[in-house]
Amino acid sequence: MSAARGSLLGIESLDAAEILKILKFARRMNPDRPRPLLKGKRVVLLFYEASTRTRSSFEIAAKMLGAHTVLIQSSGSSIEKGESLLDTGYTVRALGADVIVIRHPNAGAPHVMARHIDVPVINAGDGLHEHPSQALLDAYTILRSKKKLQGLQAAIVGDIFHSRVARSACHLLSKFGVKVILCGPAELVPEIAATLAPGVRVTRHIEDALRGTDVVMLLRMQKERLAGMKIDLPDYIARYQMTAARLKTAKKDAIVMHPGPIIRGLELTSEVADGPQARILEEVRNGVPTRMAILARAVGRMR
Amino acid sequence: MAHDKSPGGSLLIKGGHLIDPAAKIDAPMDILIEHGRVAEVAAPNKIKGADEKFDARGLIVAPGFIDLHVHLREPGQAHKETIASGTAAAAAGGFTSVCTMPNTAPVVDSVEWVQWLRSPERGAVVNVFPIAAATRGSKGGTLTDFRSLQRAGAVAVTDDGKPILEDDTMRSALVLGSELHFPIVQHAEDTRLTEHCSMHAGARAFRLGLHGMTSAAEATIVERDVHLAMQIPNSRLHVAHISTADALKGVRRGKRAKTRVTCEVTPHHFTLTDEDVRDYDSRYKMNPPLRSVSDMEAILVALEDGTVDAIATDHAPHAAHEKEMEFELAAFGITGLETALALAITKLHKEKRMPLDRVVELLTAGPARCFDLRGRGSLARGYFADVAIFDPRKRWTFDAAKSLSKSKNTPFDGWQLTGKVVATIVGGEIVHRT
Repeated sequence: MSAARGSLLGIESLDAAEILKILKFARRMNPDRPRPLLKGKRVVLLFYEASTRTRSSFEIAAKMLGAHTVLIQSSGSSIEKGESLLDTGYTVRALGADVIVIRHPNAGAPHVMARHIDVPVINAGDGLHEHPSQALLDAYTILRSKKKLQGLQAAIVGDIFHSRVARSACHLLSKFGVKVILCGPAELVPEIAATLAPGVRVTRHIEDALRGTDVVMLLRMQKERLAGMKIDLPDYIARYQMTAARLKTAKKDAIVMHPGPIIRGLELTSEVADGPQARILEEVRNGVPTRMAILARAVGRMR
Repeated sequence: MAHDKSPGGSLLIKGGHLIDPAAKIDAPMDILIEHGRVAEVAAPNKIKGADEKFDARGLIVAPGFIDLHVHLREPGQAHKETIASGTAAAAAGGFTSVCTMPNTAPVVDSVEWVQWLRSPERGAVVNVFPIAAATRGSKGGTLTDFRSLQRAGAVAVTDDGKPILEDDTMRSALVLGSELHFPIVQHAEDTRLTEHCSMHAGARAFRLGLHGMTSAAEATIVERDVHLAMQIPNSRLHVAHISTADALKGVRRGKRAKTRVTCEVTPHHFTLTDEDVRDYDSRYKMNPPLRSVSDMEAILVALEDGTVDAIATDHAPHAAHEKEMEFELAAFGITGLETALALAITKLHKEKRMPLDRVVELLTAGPARCFDLRGRGSLARGYFADVAIFDPRKRWTFDAAKSLSKSKNTPFDGWQLTGKVVATIVGGEIVHRT
């Protein structure tokens, strides 16, 4: 069985026209005004992994659209008792779910669910694989500051290997001809990362990544995923931390983005995080209209 | 199945084309079977009189295939497969002998379990040759009692599913094996390098966000083992399911030095690559994983040039609920007994122009030599009457749902293949016929 219509499993499989449609619809969504497109529908938020902004953002988006939401987290549910992914999916289906939003520590879990359950599945982050709603809200955010994506250059700095945000961003930006430069040490940014999408390249030098760049995306150093890797944090900070001085290498009107949570003093300084070029909180705000569009699309109301 | 022929009666296989690489025969021949053995091989129509005749016109007659690597899951995991169901699938695939892996529950590390596996009560329809654990519980520590296991009928030892990782343990196993002419079968994987990994390391793994196993994790173990084997006279090293170009280099080095290093390759490693892993479909998840295109090309060369001794399926049945789950959590392994011949003919013979007698050798004489299976792997006079009869041109579509295995976890479901087994004979008895 293929995924139900309206599913959003990843950016890789979307074409540019579909992405633009979602972004256009998102611009018509007002995060402060209810739009009952999902009135009476049941949106199940299935979270196998901790999440603050993605979960609350989907929840608010669903509520603004008039849907009932149910949150199922792995702790305190049957998942803890050993219920399988698919059995949980069948259960949620039986409860009358109209949309399933799933966050899971294993890559591809949403795909497996979507293959077996005839309910639209939205990937809210799967392991190291993709985080499509984040990429869409980031594109939405970029387009609030830049006229169009075509012709831009973006630098993504940090732990690319462990980042689903980076993978989704690469796919999305590449589809619009954005030059993407991935920057970090070899352990975190393997050369093979350049094969992700056309127009993606890898550099070890932050200045090389920043020169002529319009969008600087920083990633959190995920300590929980770095266990066992030989990463010297002071060395990382010395070579890659985004400081106000370094940011000057980028274009004057460059914007700084970060999917959060940020660790001040590690991947960026407070000066950058709180500076005029930062769009970090705007990204959070833009999450709601973007996810409203994603949910409307899931039930066929994105018109 | 015994109704086809009573033991002790005679059976004449008439009109077929015999390919028996060990006997250097590739010609039309009739074969007379008596008392479970080959009584006579002669030019067409020279043999007269038999209780029963098998019309093999238009078909290839070959020694029964020998699979050095199957998981039949008993004892302890009968929900995946049983000796009865697994050997029925083997017979359907032309295999008359299968060597069973000891990573069952419990692990086959004692004489009692080897005898249990060989007992007629298991309901095997083909010959079952147990491979016993190399270390107690396959924990990698103390070696098992090779001599007793061998006497009980084990044909080799392995800790398959896991490597024999410690240098000392592997060395001791090879030394003890050298005294007994007992092959040590290595699952070559440096597990210190493959934790959390679910596929081959490469562009596809990076794209899918999956941790990848490097070819180095296989090659370094093979290098070490070959090195050890070269220093131990008469030692016998067999590399299971070899899958990388780098590891094949190690085997070549050993063979050049006249060390008895042998290896096997699975059909999926010569037909699929990591680029086939898609949609997190765990039917493409196995260990060793599907490798790169260049690894597959190296395997094809090695099958041709003799570096590889045998095609072995690594038949690894799993219940649906053990596979249909998160890719990273799903069990490793696929079934393979019923598709091996057709994949070999389709890929190696039809596409890569490998002579059919070499394909047959890789399924018969080659594996028989690896584990010294006396009286098997050929249809010379006096050999066991284990025969595979197949149509090398028959086109068919594999339907996993109709598989005789208890499990249906195969990526080859729905594949159009060429080459089909028509009949399988074990010890003179027809055990499978289409």
